Amino acid sequence: MITLQVSRYRPGQDAEPVFQDYEVPLRSDWAVLDGLAHIKDHLDGTLSFRWSCRMGICGSCGMTVNGEPRLTCGTFLTDYGEGPIRVEPLRGFPVIRDLVVDIDDVLAKLAHVKPWLIREGEELPLTAEYTQTPAQLEAYKQYSMCINCMLCYSACPVYALEPDFLGPAAIALAQRYNLDSRDQGDRFDLLATDEGVWGCTFVGECTSACPKHVDPAEAIQRYKLTAALTSVRNLLPWGRS
Amino acid sequence: MTALPSYRPRVHPLWWARRRAYLVFVLRELTSVFVAWSAAYLVLLARAALAGDAEYAEFRAFAGSPWVVALNVVALAATAFHSVTFLNLAPRAMVVRLDGWRVPGFLIAGGNHSAWLAVSALVAYLVLRS
Ligand code: SF4
Ligand code: FES
Repeated sequence: MITLQVSRYRPGQDAEPVFQDYEVPLRSDWAVLDGLAHIKDHLDGTLSFRWSCRMGICGSCGMTVNGEPRLTCGTFLTDYGEGPIRVEPLRGFPVIRDLVVDIDDVLAKLAHVKPWLIREGEELPLTAEYTQTPAQLEAYKQYSMCINCMLCYSACPVYALEPDFLGPAAIALAQRYNLDSRDQGDRFDLLATDEGVWGCTFVGECTSACPKHVDPAEAIQRYKLTAALTSVRNLLPWGRS
Repeated sequence: MTALPSYRPRVHPLWWARRRAYLVFVLRELTSVFVAWSAAYLVLLARAALAGDAEYAEFRAFAGSPWVVALNVVALAATAFHSVTFLNLAPRAMVVRLDGWRVPGFLIAGGNHSAWLAVSALVAYLVLRS
């Protein structure tokens, strides 16, 4: 058996989160999420947490495990020796109940960066294909692997201190489209702002936390370079478009 | 849409001490004060050197006082820390491709460090030559 120290917050009952200990079987094939499911099914049906795919795809099971932002379906009980294992909601977000956090703010930010292919001028007929070479695909593929798990936001101290900061995943998502050869959009006014890339102080923890190797810190620094070059070009009399 | 009732955790004032990466980041930010001091010191030195022998002698007396020497020793260490950590981060902002091959980060960082050493050696040679 291993002890899970689970953060509980029941609105109307708890003024602030409190820890509750549960003993769960220590099985080598059990992830932290399996331990939580065991609690819910056999020990305490009132415990609330989010999950869906159980295979690192849906991005809904992010929590703070022993202080680190982790996908609980991919974090195994046996990684923590004898335990105990402390399970808390993702840091940096308002807690709705127990391990469930309010992610509306990040969802709005993701939508804010115009995450779709923007085309200008005449459209090809719907039956036409927009072909890409493998190199063109490679240019943005890494940024398209994001599963919106929000671990990067939880690891980012800037987001915790400045809630208006657009944040790692939203900027990586913008770069996913900026670097796509089919996209003709201009996201400069959205990204080259104090709340956008210039809000980032390059702590780099978003990249360490990311379970999908998206490397949002790299996306942000690369856009800083793009934004700086664009700003200089706009200052030059012959550079303005 | 009505906001859900929720618990909003406050950021702990010592949040930067919680993780090594946060601490390194805060140190990198703080050491930029010493980088600014080093730049200002260099401007003062150049101004004194251009202004004539009297001013230059005065500056040398100022530069030799124990507190300025102590400050500059600390500034040298802080500036070196700032430069090394800054150059180590550079590969993250630069994606260099050579004929489709993405140059790995350690080569970009290594190139930056080598260039830094080469420029420092050149400056040291020019200054110490006389
Ligand atoms: S960038 Fe990585 S850590 Fe951030 S939401 Fe996407 S998959 Fe999660
Ligand atoms: S449950 Fe889907 S990512 Fe963990």
